[in-house]
Parts: sequence; structure tokens; C-alpha cells
Amino acid sequence: MSEQPRWREHYDATHLRDVPFETMSGVPVDPVHGDEPLPGQYPFTRGLHAAGYRSRLWTMRMFAGFGTAEDTNARFKEILRNGGTGLSTAFDMPTLMGYDSDSPWALGEVGRAGVAVDTLRDMEDLYADIDLSSVSTSMTINGPAAAVLAMYIAVGEKSGVARADLAGTIQNDILKEYQAQKEYIYPPRPSMRIVTDMIHYTSAEMPKWHPVSISGYHIREAGSTAAQELAFTLANGFAYVEAALAGGQDVDQFGRRLSFFFNAHSDFFEEIGKYRAARRIWARWMKGRYGATDERAMMCRFHTQTAGVSLTAQQPENNIARVAIQALSAALGGTQSLHTDSFDEALALPTEKAARIALRTQQIVAHETGVTNVVDPLGGAPYVEWMTDEMERQAEVIFAHLDELGNGSILEGVYAGIDNGYFVGEIADSAYRFEREVNAGRRIIVGVNDFVEGNEDDQTNLLRIDSTTEELQRKRLETVKHERDSVAVEAALASLRRAAEDASVNLMPPLIDAVKTYATEEEISNAMRDVFGTYVEQAIV
Amino acid sequence: MSAEPVIRIVLAKLGLDGHDRGIKVVARILRDAGMEVIYLGLRQTTASIIAAAEEEDADAIGLSMHNAGHLALAPAMLAALDEADLDIPLIIGGIVPDQDVPILEAAGVAAILGPGAPAEEVVAAVRNAVSA
Amino acid sequence: MSVRELSSADLVERAIDGDRRAIGRTLTLVERGGEIADQITELTHPAAKGSHVVGITGAPGAGKSTLTGQLIRHLPTLGLRPAVLAVDPSSPLTGGAILGDRVRMDDVAGDGGFIRSVATRGHAGGLALSVPGSVRAFDACGFDPVLIETVGVGQVEVDVAGAADTTVVVVNPGWGDAVQANKAGLLEVADVFVINKADRDGANDTRRDLELMLDLSHVSGHEDETGYRPPIIMTTATAGDGVQALWDAVTAHRTHLEATGQLEHRRAARFRYEVRSRLGTRFEASIIAATADLEPDGRSPAAVAVELAGHLLA
Repeated sequence: MSEQPRWREHYDATHLRDVPFETMSGVPVDPVHGDEPLPGQYPFTRGLHAAGYRSRLWTMRMFAGFGTAEDTNARFKEILRNGGTGLSTAFDMPTLMGYDSDSPWALGEVGRAGVAVDTLRDMEDLYADIDLSSVSTSMTINGPAAAVLAMYIAVGEKSGVARADLAGTIQNDILKEYQAQKEYIYPPRPSMRIVTDMIHYTSAEMPKWHPVSISGYHIREAGSTAAQELAFTLANGFAYVEAALAGGQDVDQFGRRLSFFFNAHSDFFEEIGKYRAARRIWARWMKGRYGATDERAMMCRFHTQTAGVSLTAQQPENNIARVAIQALSAALGGTQSLHTDSFDEALALPTEKAARIALRTQQIVAHETGVTNVVDPLGGAPYVEWMTDEMERQAEVIFAHLDELGNGSILEGVYAGIDNGYFVGEIADSAYRFEREVNAGRRIIVGVNDFVEGNEDDQTNLLRIDSTTEELQRKRLETVKHERDSVAVEAALASLRRAAEDASVNLMPPLIDAVKTYATEEEISNAMRDVFGTYVEQAIV
Repeated sequence: MSAEPVIRIVLAKLGLDGHDRGIKVVARILRDAGMEVIYLGLRQTTASIIAAAEEEDADAIGLSMHNAGHLALAPAMLAALDEADLDIPLIIGGIVPDQDVPILEAAGVAAILGPGAPAEEVVAAVRNAVSA
Repeated sequence: MSVRELSSADLVERAIDGDRRAIGRTLTLVERGGEIADQITELTHPAAKGSHVVGITGAPGAGKSTLTGQLIRHLPTLGLRPAVLAVDPSSPLTGGAILGDRVRMDDVAGDGGFIRSVATRGHAGGLALSVPGSVRAFDACGFDPVLIETVGVGQVEVDVAGAADTTVVVVNPGWGDAVQANKAGLLEVADVFVINKADRDGANDTRRDLELMLDLSHVSGHEDETGYRPPIIMTTATAGDGVQALWDAVTAHRTHLEATGQLEHRRAARFRYEVRSRLGTRFEASIIAATADLEPDGRSPAAVAVELAGHLLA
């Protein structure tokens, strides 16, 4: 029975962009070619929506965040003035690890890799004079995510925006921290409790909020293969699903709110196969294993970032070409949103010019290449279909291993894999294998082990961050601590500790109360460290 | 076994930076060259590194740096070694722009290895630093 | 003056005096073996008072490093001064090693405790040859107890038992672990059992399994001989739970050894073990030399060996 009429119905009901869907030479093209399943149809191999980019381009979401909250607030306002509606926030390392700007760990780090947030005061300044009901905010933070989300909610409240009107995403994917990014605070199980509390809370109170962005980007950056990136990421997704189900949540309700974040690396067709396999696998498992009935809960919607680890310090301008090709693969893979790296990022944070070129790269792909005229244009190509199948096959082998490790539970298998070093070991092995291939000259990296003429050219102007931010931020923190009601802070932290001790209590309300007293991020994290303990990794090399 | 005494080297990352792909590759390279790698990993302090270097009687210390922290962290490590009167070579690996290399060398860093430095270069750098 | 420039006698004197760098250097010289290591043995032997040596072994991932880390954080609060030898295997191919046990034992530095990472250096599948010498060095420097932490695969657990007064075997909850412990012969060498990660499912089942196996060994008469049944201690190392109970079991074992005269018995066995392995090292060189250019000459290998043995021992 042909699915064509259903696809056509869906397509016809979609509002399309007002551009000619023709080649540059004026040849009109059909929105879709080839066989079923068609885009927008289970299992969504060919795309989540019938009309693909004909209705809406991917979001060109560029990461920002540096210095003090005021600096970033100014950058946000500029983005909004230029017509953007998405604010993407990067935080500095101390904030990411649950430390304040006056902690000894913060030395030299305050405001460098992102914005420093110590208390609600910083959040208030970060979003000052911005109507939170009209923007979508993405926050890239994991270990202390609950506290930071609590702060965002409090800022909304103070400015008269109801929780239900707050739109955005928080990365909050703690499992991949143990496997790759290493920005964990507490051990895995208590951390999962925090994540499921957040999923539960946002499902009920914040329908426009995505509580987890299940990430493969960092796993890939740490050295995994494409199949490992795919499998470890989806397995982490399954783990979150199982944890939420075990807590009595409804898979159709929370499933709709989960999203993913993948890497766009250099092997063009491997990446495209990976994205297509991701959609197919997620749909099958959500429907078949976890009982989803709402198609929106079966959809693997994802953000993509081009591979930072592929950028070379040698002949950095070459990175513009790399990023363009990687961005193209993400577009052909059907990503919902995309961040393109700047060419000078191998050496330092990007300059404004380099960041602009990165954005222009996306715009060239979107508006000049014509690839957005057709949904899943490579679908049906023998190599692409083979690659999709192969990525899926390799992923299923890994799922089977985790299932066995967990005695029939992917969640338990993931815990076990974190515990016994399986993930970090596989990633380290893949990283080492790659390094040896490059070392032996069997794998060419242009400018690194071949085509090195041009390496002697002067390095481009690098962005240098000065240290005045650190001083400023420390003073601000001191002022806040001086002005707040310390009795209220202590009481709120005590409440938080009690809530942490009771697994049946959702942590979000006590966290919101605590941030409102201007308790610092470190104080809040420490209250939970007291109850949950801290995580120390094994040396798996 | 070889006539040369086994080289023992402490490998670590200072501060909060969590990128350990490079340091793990270097650990394997050095192990494959017959060295004993005391792998401290992430989030070390100058104090914990020096304590380990003393207890392990290390011949060298290798630090891996990614977040543009080298101009602050490398001198901090050198200062700590100086204050502890511990005279063992410090090798820095990771992202160090060309223009900063002479600065670090002048400060006393024994060797600087760029990202993706070939195995032979890494091993030679450690051996030369130790025998110097 | 750098400790590397000191004579052996001066070095050991400084080490006994408490200089951490001198202790570190002493251990390096012990590990290198040969004449200088023998000198160190001579110098440290008189000062060694008989510290309690505790072996901690078990399968990879059981949580030994975390548990050992908790012990060395806890024992100074009881007025003790612990030292740890954390043993990891050297690569049989390259001779190098990655020694990563310290990662989970951190923060002890300067608190009186001492952590040393040791590679097995060619002693494939077993404990490093240098361990008895390193234990003696720690003993002479006033560290008590000395903990030897190793992965229990292959020969290692037997070697650990040979080098330690009290052997602790760490397992995890799970249907396989107790069975594996029995198969690996760990039941014979264990003086204390630890079920770590006791907060996990199956902890009580594993304990029952172990008790059953110990019952069987009682039936076989093993327990009657020693008058001692290894206790089973439940711990959650990451939370620090059960650490004092573990130490209590270890000291109870020590008391039992002293009371029954078995301590001297074990110390004598350790002495024999060390002498045996030193002799083995000495003769290994001669054996290799004697057999390097051997060609088959028609005789059986047995006959050839008998003849060569005669020459070597003459």
C-alpha cells in the first residue's frame, strides 16, 4: 500500500517558504524522489517532516558567551536586533563544574570559555531587558544544569513570564560526561535522579522546554568512531527513557521533549548515513521497545556542530573548506539546527570575523547550493542506503552488548559500562588507532602529515582574553554575598539537602527557592555534593 | 630488560579543563616506548602533581593543555617546582600557538609538543629532557 | 643536594628520617634490583620493625583503588601511618606500563600516608619482584600498615598472599563474582572478604553464596586447621561505608595470627618466598646464558637439563 498519498497530504498541508524551488538554471524540482518510507513517515529515515527544508531551514544557531553577564547581554541584544530569535549560552569552566568565581579552581578561568554565573544576580543581568517569552534560549551546561535552569525560571518569574511560556533547551546530558566531556559533579545514579526530576518537572510545567539534549558531539571529539558516536548517544537516550519510565512518566509526553546533538565530521557519506540511521533507530526503539504511540515521541530531532577536533592549527584557512563540507553533510543529513566552527578555533576562541565566515558558510549552503530544494536528496543512492544500514548494524551490536551488560536494561548496561570503563576504553582505543594511522601516514590530514607547504605562514590574529573580567566578577560576587540574607540562604540550602536525601521529592522547587535567596552555584552544588558524593573517574587510558 | 633505567613520568592536567584525548594518546605512546607512566589525569593541582612526583621519584612531568591556559598554568607549575626545590624537567603538550613557544621555553619548560605530534617526536622529547 | 646524588647509606638514613623524596628514591633503587637494591636491603633490614602487611586483591573494577584510598584517608585518624604499593602490570611487549591507581586514592599527599605505583616489570602475571624489598623499605621508614593493592588475575593473588600477612579479597555483588572467587582459588588465600558496591542489587545474595562456600570449606576441615573463618565485610567504598569495619576485620586477623603463633609462621613463609624469588633472579641469568646457544644433539631435553644442572650447581 503506497504511502505516497499520505505523504502528499502532509506536504500539501505544510506552509512552505516563499522561494522558487528550482535549480539555479530555472529547472523546477520535485520535493522528493525515490522510495518509501518517505520523509515525515515512520521510521523517519529520510527526515522528520514531509517538506523538509522547503518549509523551514535549519536554525543557524551560533554559540556565544564570554566575559561578564553584561558583555554577553550586549551580544544577545545585538543578535536580537539582527533578527535572531535564538540565544545560545556558553558558560565558563568554573560555572560548568559547580564552582564560584572566587574558588581556587576558578583562577584564570573566569569568563574565558563562556559567561560566569555565580548567582541569580548574574542570570538577571544576562537576560536583562530581554523578553523571555519571545526568545528561545539554549544553555550548554550539564553537571549544575538543574541549578542554572532554576535560575532561568526565577528570572522569568521576576520579569513576569510564566514558566509555561519559557522556550528553550538545556544540554543536561550527564551520561556523556562520564563517557567523554568529563564535566560531572556527582556519581551517575544521583545525577540521573536530577535529570529525571528535570524531565518530569518540565514535562508538567514547561511544555516549550527541552530538558535534555542527548549528545554525541563530545563522544566523537573524544575520539570515538561514527558508529560509536551514534550508538553511545542513542543508548544514553534509551537510558534516560528507561529512567523516566521507571519514575512513572508517560513516554509520549516526555519523549516529545527529548532532542539530540551530533557531530559533523569529515567523512562525508559516513556522517550522512549516521544521521539517517539515528532517525530510524530512535523511531524503532521508541515505538517497539518503549511503547511510544505519539509520532512526535519517536522523532530524533537534532542539532549538529561541525567537528572541532578536525580543525588544524596548520594552514588554518583550510578549515573553512572543512567546515563547509561538514555543514553540507549535516544539511544533507537533515539536521534541525547547525553550528559551524570558526576557522581559527584550533588555536583560540574565534575572532568576530572568523565567526562571521562560519555563519556565512551555512548561509551559502542554505541559499546557494540548491540542496534544500529536495528532501533527503541522497535517499535511494546505493552507497548512502548501504552506509545507513551499516551504521545501524554496528550500532545494534553495541546496543546488544549494553543490553547484556545490563541484564535486559540499557539503563543498567550504561551504568555498568560507565563503571567498568567500557565507554572510555572504546573511545580511547579508537582515538589511539586514529592517531597511529595519521602517524604512519596511512590517513592523510592536509597540512599535518602531507601538503605541508604553507605551514610557515604567520598565524592569524588570535583572540586574547584579558584578566580584568575575573576581578570584576569576584567583586560582584562579594557584593551579592554581602547584600543577601544569609539566614535565608542557609535555610534554603538545608531544605535542598533534605530534598536531596528523599528520592521521592522533585529537586526543582527547592532549587528554585534556593537560587532566589542568591545562594551561589557552588553553595548549591556543595549541598548536593554532601548528599550525593562526588565522582572520581578511573584512569582508563 | 634494557640496560637503561626505566623512565618514570607523571602525566596530568592542571585546572578544570576536561579534554583528555591527547594526554591518553601520549600515555600509550610513552608506555609503548617502555616508560612507566604515572597517570594522574584530570583536575590536578600543582601540589598534587609535586606530591606524586616525589613519591613516585618521577624523572619528568608532562602536562597537557587545551583551553589557552598555557601562559598561566605552565609558569604556575614551574614556580611550584621551583618553590619545592624539585629539579625535574617539565614538558608541555597541547595547543600552544607558535608565538608563545619561546616564552615558555625562556621560562624553563623543557619541551613543547603540539597537538598530534608524532610518536617519535614525543618519545624523543621525553628522553632528551630526562637525560639533559 | 638532590637525593639522586646521595650514597645508599645516606639515602636510607634520610628516608628513615622521613624525607619523602629520599623514600621515593629508595623505592626506585629497590625496584631496579641488582647490587644497589641488595645494599638497600642490608641497610633497611635492621630498621624494619614488622609492619602489618595487607594485600588487597580482586577482579578489575571491584573498587580496590577506591577502597584503598578510603583506608589511607581513614587510618591516620586512628593514629596510623599507612603506605600503599599500587601494582599494575607492565606490557609484556614493550616493558612500559600505565600506572593509574593513584587517581582514585588522591589527596593523601602530605598527610603522613605514602602512595607508590609499581609496575610488575617482566614478572609476567605475578607481583613485582621488588615488592618484598619495597615493603621492607616502608617498614624501616616507619610506615604501618603497608597495603599492597593489585589486580587479582593469574598468579597475582597467590603472590600477594605470599607477600602479605593479611589478604583481603574484594568482590562485587553479582551472581558470578562469588563463583569466580572460588574458581580462582581466592577462597584459600582470603583472610577477609569484602563485598564492595554493597548498595547494589544482589549484595545479600553474593554474601549468602560466599558464606555457603566458606561453610563447605569448613566441612572440608580447612577452618579447623586454622581456627579462623574469614569474615565478610560489606562496603560502599565511594561513600566510605564499611571502611572501619574492614579495618576492624584486618586487625582482628592480625590479633588471631599473633595469638596462635601463626604470624611467625607467615613471616617465615614470606622470608622463604623472598629468598626463593631472589635466588630465581640470580639463577635466571645463568640459565639463560647456559642455554642461549644450545642446539639439539640427539639427546632428550631431560638428559641435557640434568647435565647442565650439574654444571650450574657445582
